[in-house]
Amino acid sequence: MAIKDYIRERFFPHIWCPGCGHGMVLNGLLRAIEKIGLDKNEIVMVSGIGCSARISGYVDFHTMHTIHGRALAFATGIKMSRPELKLIVPMGDGDALAIGGNHFIHAARRNMDMTAIVINNRVYGMTGGQFSPLSGYGTMSTTSPYSNIDHAFDVVELSVAAGASFVGRTTTYHAQQMADILGQAIIHKGFSVVEIMSQCPTYFGRKNRLGSAIDMLEHFKENTTPIGSKAKQKNPDLIERGIFVQKKIPEYCDEYKKIIERAVKD
Amino acid sequence: MERHRLVFSGSGGQGIITAAVILAEAAVLHENLIAVQTQSYGAEARGGATRSDVIISDSAIYFPKVNQPNVLICLSQEAYNKFSPIIRPGGLLITDTRYVKTYMKVDARQRELPMYQTVMEKIGKPIVFNICMLGALIGLTDFVKSESVKKVLKTRIPSDFLEINEKALDLGIKLGNAYK
Amino acid sequence: MNENLKFIQGNEVCVEAALYTGLDFFAGYPITPSTEIMEHMAKRLPKIGGKFLQMEDEIASLCAIIGASLTGHKVMTATSGPGFSLMQEALGYAIVAEIPCVIVNVQRGGSSTGIPTHVGQGDVMQARWGTHGDHAIIVMTASNHQDVFAITVDAFNMAETYRTPVILLFDEVVGHMRERIFIPKKGEISLVERLRTSVKRGVDFHPYLPREDGRLPISDFGGVHRYNVTGLVHDMWGFPSDNPKIAYGLVRHLVDKIQNNTDKIARYKEYYLEDAKTILISYGSAARSALHVVENRRGRGEKLGLLELQTLWPFPHSLVQEKCADAKYVVVVEMNTGQILQSVKICVDRPERVFLANRIDGVFITPTDIRNILRLIEGKGV
Repeated sequence: MAIKDYIRERFFPHIWCPGCGHGMVLNGLLRAIEKIGLDKNEIVMVSGIGCSARISGYVDFHTMHTIHGRALAFATGIKMSRPELKLIVPMGDGDALAIGGNHFIHAARRNMDMTAIVINNRVYGMTGGQFSPLSGYGTMSTTSPYSNIDHAFDVVELSVAAGASFVGRTTTYHAQQMADILGQAIIHKGFSVVEIMSQCPTYFGRKNRLGSAIDMLEHFKENTTPIGSKAKQKNPDLIERGIFVQKKIPEYCDEYKKIIERAVKD
Repeated sequence: MERHRLVFSGSGGQGIITAAVILAEAAVLHENLIAVQTQSYGAEARGGATRSDVIISDSAIYFPKVNQPNVLICLSQEAYNKFSPIIRPGGLLITDTRYVKTYMKVDARQRELPMYQTVMEKIGKPIVFNICMLGALIGLTDFVKSESVKKVLKTRIPSDFLEINEKALDLGIKLGNAYK
Repeated sequence: MNENLKFIQGNEVCVEAALYTGLDFFAGYPITPSTEIMEHMAKRLPKIGGKFLQMEDEIASLCAIIGASLTGHKVMTATSGPGFSLMQEALGYAIVAEIPCVIVNVQRGGSSTGIPTHVGQGDVMQARWGTHGDHAIIVMTASNHQDVFAITVDAFNMAETYRTPVILLFDEVVGHMRERIFIPKKGEISLVERLRTSVKRGVDFHPYLPREDGRLPISDFGGVHRYNVTGLVHDMWGFPSDNPKIAYGLVRHLVDKIQNNTDKIARYKEYYLEDAKTILISYGSAARSALHVVENRRGRGEKLGLLELQTLWPFPHSLVQEKCADAKYVVVVEMNTGQILQSVKICVDRPERVFLANRIDGVFITPTDIRNILRLIEGKGV
């Protein structure tokens, strides 16, 4: 199937700003899905609220555009009721980790088979550029006009601690790696998290004087490095990319099948 | 039939509510009577004042709570202090000698029974104190037949514990008969 | 012994009734005084191959059942005041996205965290207007176990018929009280099943285009039709729109499908209304005390009647108006500061003759409380 067959063409051009990374994530995701060869009818995409949540409108799957922060909770109900479906949940950083933070860690702990994509552009874009829990100390935004004193989560560390059985990170600059990690995350049986560092030139870039979208992509290239690289040893400030966790642990729906067996016998 | 209004009271963890439920269930399932059981309790799972109301009748029961009980059972001092004034004149007040020191005269038959002591002497397990109390109630009154209660015990109590519960019930009945 | 005869708590009756309708998915979060519902679900559902989820909070619980409903299951969650507050956002989503589900609120006493182990009926208006924006909602209640069963089945039927969340507004007394119930045999109460689209694969399916009769056939998620579901104002394909015509049409549809069927949705019971001079209007457990008073006074020849409302919203305006037309006095009996009282006053010709007998202290309203109000109305001392 061609990439084009996975999208709802009539809704293009999309609503994202020029230079936004969300379209690049959509691109990488569709390439991953095409490579795996999933049928459109077996994919359910659930999204919350925000720029990232609009991805669900553009893909020709079963799509559910829900409420802010709760996409994983809706996805949990869908997956539990129809375990044969593939669940993909794209979220923004505020969506996933501020308002949705509790659902995020519990979904990770439960290890139900679904893929959570955290598109991290370090800002609330839809509402016009407020700081998010991933903006980080010292960043500027419309709600931190004198500099941000909130510290950021590390999505990877948080996901690992919460028990996610697959954790990866990449950036919009690393298009090939993005498609590759997303593909592995989708195939992975269990709760998978992929953080994709993405650029918001309109708000985060402008407020923090990071230049154009190209400049921001360059920034991802220069400030990240593969996991365990020599560069990281030399420069500990580099952010690592790659797959941090990929482990086989009992998946929730499989475990629930055993509960049914036990209950029926009882 | 006369409408029986009972209040079971004591502290959380004594099995007050379970005893009340068993009695009412026996009346409904095995004696074709109408009964309602309600309860009020605090947030504590153990300790704290617990109260359960049971009404047994042969006609429809709408208001499910008991304002003035014909039968009041108090298994703790706090419960006795709190509830003994509400007993219906001519009613029956049952207290346990180990847990309650009575100090008031109420216009009711007062029966102070060594239920806890008997359970500890004959069975040695405080867990069946509530069932002994239920037995004593049956021994003192004739609201519900002991066979009906035993049928309920069989469905509610895990088989490993059934025997001591039945024994506690019988001990209670004997005690009740003796104090009739 | 009749094996359909049971002596159980109202909360368990609600579970039996939900299972009777074919419910096979429940998600919840423990909260007093509703917890027994989820405990029984946890035990019962896996036995029939159904799914039970304990979620991280009430928000997630409602979201999860909405998701499961979309794949074609009958679903429910249960909670109490604080949890019901948390559910309001997702409730609005289910209303706008037209996803059938049943939400049980076993009301506790007080506001905020209140008096968890005591009774109250303070969530009547919240059930009506708790979620933001214009909408209609179906809210039902019952006062005894046989009715809890029937009304719970009704709630599932209405959720399917109108493709909407239905709220079961029970209370601590009904939820925790044990009394006898005869579980109806299979087939004794008719069930409404999910109306699925007959549109074939490859043919344009309009998930949000109601049929002539107002019903909206669905295609289960995972089926042959891929469409979009959103809480945003949406067109007949389920895609967001800010077209004023579409926005108007959606709000009208969501409100009209329920308000225009108020008479069909109305469930109530009446006692001695034919010649009643004083009519008590009550609902939920409070109706038990009201009925106690009515039966007692009728025994003394006094012309007292009771209208027990089982559907609270949409408020059965014409029913109340008609039943109270000849009454000298109307007394609303409820455990709040007068939440149904206001609706009753709007319905009757002489609102100054409508009185309130209530209790707001977490204590179950007694027949004496009601009698005291009656004496005051009749000009006698208390």
